[in-house]
Amino acid sequence: MSDPRSDFRFARNVILKALLLFLGVNAGFAFLDPLPQLGRLSAYNVLLPGRLRLPYGENPERAYNLSLFQLDAMFASHEIAAGPKPPGEYRVVLIGDSSAWGFRLKADETLTAQINAAGYTTRDGRRVRAYNLGYPIMSLAKDLLILDWAVRYQPDLIVWMVTLESFPYDKQLFPPLLQHNPTPIQSLITTYQLHLNPNDPSFIHPSLWDRTLVGQRRALADLLRLQLYGVMWAATGIDQDIPEKFTPRMEDLPADQAFHNLQPPTLAEQDLVFDVLNAGVQRAGDLPVWIVNEPMFVSQGQNSDIRYNFFYPRWAYDQYRALLAAQSQKNGWRYLDLWDAIPSTEFTDSAVHLTPSGTAQLAARVGAAMLEAVDAGH
Amino acid sequence: MTLAHILLLAAAALLAALLGRGRWRGRLMLGLSILALYWLQPSTPIRHLDFWLPTASLALTIGVWVVTRPPAPEAADLRPALMTAATITLVVVAIALTRYLGWACCLTASRPPGILSVLLALGLAAAIGSGVARFVPNPARLAASFSLLVVGLFLMMKVELFGEAASAGLRALTGQPADQASALDLRWLGFSYLAFRLLHALRDRASGRLPALSLQEFVTYALFFPALTAGPIDRSDRFVKDLRQPFSFSASEALEGGKRIVVGLFKKFALADTLALIALNRVNAAQTTSAFWAWMLLYAYAWRLYLDFSGYTDIAIGLGRLFGVRLPENFERPYLKPNLTTFWNSWHITLAQWFRAYFFNPLTRALRSRPRPLPAALIILIGQVGTMLLIGLWHGVTWNFVAWGAWHAAGLFVHNRWAEFARARLSALDRAPVLKRAARLAGVALTFHYVTLGWVWFALPSPDLSQTVFQRLFGL
Repeated sequence: MSDPRSDFRFARNVILKALLLFLGVNAGFAFLDPLPQLGRLSAYNVLLPGRLRLPYGENPERAYNLSLFQLDAMFASHEIAAGPKPPGEYRVVLIGDSSAWGFRLKADETLTAQINAAGYTTRDGRRVRAYNLGYPIMSLAKDLLILDWAVRYQPDLIVWMVTLESFPYDKQLFPPLLQHNPTPIQSLITTYQLHLNPNDPSFIHPSLWDRTLVGQRRALADLLRLQLYGVMWAATGIDQDIPEKFTPRMEDLPADQAFHNLQPPTLAEQDLVFDVLNAGVQRAGDLPVWIVNEPMFVSQGQNSDIRYNFFYPRWAYDQYRALLAAQSQKNGWRYLDLWDAIPSTEFTDSAVHLTPSGTAQLAARVGAAMLEAVDAGH
Repeated sequence: MTLAHILLLAAAALLAALLGRGRWRGRLMLGLSILALYWLQPSTPIRHLDFWLPTASLALTIGVWVVTRPPAPEAADLRPALMTAATITLVVVAIALTRYLGWACCLTASRPPGILSVLLALGLAAAIGSGVARFVPNPARLAASFSLLVVGLFLMMKVELFGEAASAGLRALTGQPADQASALDLRWLGFSYLAFRLLHALRDRASGRLPALSLQEFVTYALFFPALTAGPIDRSDRFVKDLRQPFSFSASEALEGGKRIVVGLFKKFALADTLALIALNRVNAAQTTSAFWAWMLLYAYAWRLYLDFSGYTDIAIGLGRLFGVRLPENFERPYLKPNLTTFWNSWHITLAQWFRAYFFNPLTRALRSRPRPLPAALIILIGQVGTMLLIGLWHGVTWNFVAWGAWHAAGLFVHNRWAEFARARLSALDRAPVLKRAARLAGVALTFHYVTLGWVWFALPSPDLSQTVFQRLFGL
């Protein structure tokens, strides 16, 4: 028979020690904040092949991919982080929204994959290698944040796919990716004096409790899941759940002239975040930045005389193109307008999402223009 | 069971162990088991079925007790049984009454049925039970009927066609459209394990080996909440020995139980659930692009299955220890066994023992005692094929489970013959310890891979898909 008193003391000591350990580990985690370092610890590019696009997934169990907010971990899982740029590589980084990322496209059907498949070589013999750093949210501020990270990976050229929906001020700071990364985006806002609120209330500043091990359990679980889904990515080559059935982009449109909170007839320069675009070009420094106005679906259906598609009334889009062209000329940006380059049959579930063959057509246009400009020394 | 379920049940068990002294211990175990039975029952699309299925488990258990209790002399004191029956009824009525608690409703997954229908059903069950007890001179004669009933219900749960028909019938009763009937509607918590305990009691009663159990003891044994969802399948004689032991709560016992629970939680929620993300399943089976990754997914499945199941067993054993009940072990490092026979002595041990006791042994005994006995090897083959097919079918009546059972039966038979062959010829290995150790290691690797390849049948829903995976595994 055991002595109840010593039993009690033993149990009490176990509980006290466990409690102390729990408190100590949590406090240590909160003060050291090791999450970014942990994010850089990645099985990708070591044990597993790097991802061809940034992690993003709405249905992780089927997509073998997930959305997370730690930029270090996101980039560490990408093939661009595999190591120093190989000699003889002409590195092109492509940023943009879901159409650049390749929504409803397999990893080997995206714009960058098709540019790479074309096997372009520059006149000086360097092999063109395009990296997909698109991220499926429409916001130029989000693109700027990614561009800020991307320049660490020695690109030779940045291709920035844009569309009007990424330009309004109200679209800039809503992406959760920005809200969870307030420090770098605040730094960009102040450095480039952007017309965005550096103290936007949507920015998430974790409390001391949020920084503890318990508070960060979701972020830690996401890190682990990112690694595990890497196994499935390696095993299957799948990084997106693409259901066969989908609702096609809208053909018949509402007779609505409004674009966000703007009404016709005039779209002014100050309605759109050209300052963010300019900040991106400045951040790239000597690196050439190509701005591409991405193709969109042009409807022939009801009210297509008022709107081009679900996103854009004609008056706003036409003025946007004119403004973007003018801004590019004024600031010396390299600009390619491909707004109607792809036939309307090549669009899938949205006015900017392309089929694989539509993407191939776009890749040919972008690739050829890019190569021509590179060889011309622009 | 979710993490929240387990932690709350552990807390309740700890509290009950602290408070439950003497006779209250048994009552608390019974009460907690009934509450857990209703609480853990998952919701189903059929109206109120998440209340009626646990009620059916209780009714069936009490019915089996009635037909398996030893014949009592005229003057036998029925008061304890009546008290237990009244307590169970009160708990069930209390659970049904949570329907009227407004925001605090309910213990069950959905709102329980109206109190009148509950009282009517309980009254009917009580009338049948007391009628049998009073007017059937030897209720044990009904044991065979109860065995058939349990097996019938089991088939209803496991055969898709029967499950669908039962679902359609229940939907008709509740006025729901029968065209949406599905076998998945009948998610009866813990029935697979309950059926084994009840069949064990019925068989042991027939062979005179069942100990005399009070109603409280029997219901607690059959529905003991730690072992409700994933076993182990205890024997009533062993269980009741623990139950009748004087119990005093000790911190060291609680810590031992707690340690086991923590180990189980870690295995299940940290390791198994993590491996589940990369384990072979019906979706990823045909998606792998190389043999290497197909093997990785299969290994992940093998370990996930083991850690998940043995984790639940650890939790059940830990919870049991809080009450002073030492549930039997179900796993003993099965993937480190050098042959398939020892694997089956260490994987889901209580299930294998059940089938050995109630199927394999009686069958082989009967075959041996025929006037013209069959050859020993044939008897073993018949026994092993029958046993493994039944174990396969217990998991579900599908061709893949048949194939899984046949795979193991073939492996067991081959090992049996090999062991017979090697016994005399390989005795020289005893004098060469290094060689013996190497042979053992090779045996472990071979057995592990044989078992792991068998999981292809187990993990996937169809022979076609399994064949695709086999082809990929071997680069065909």
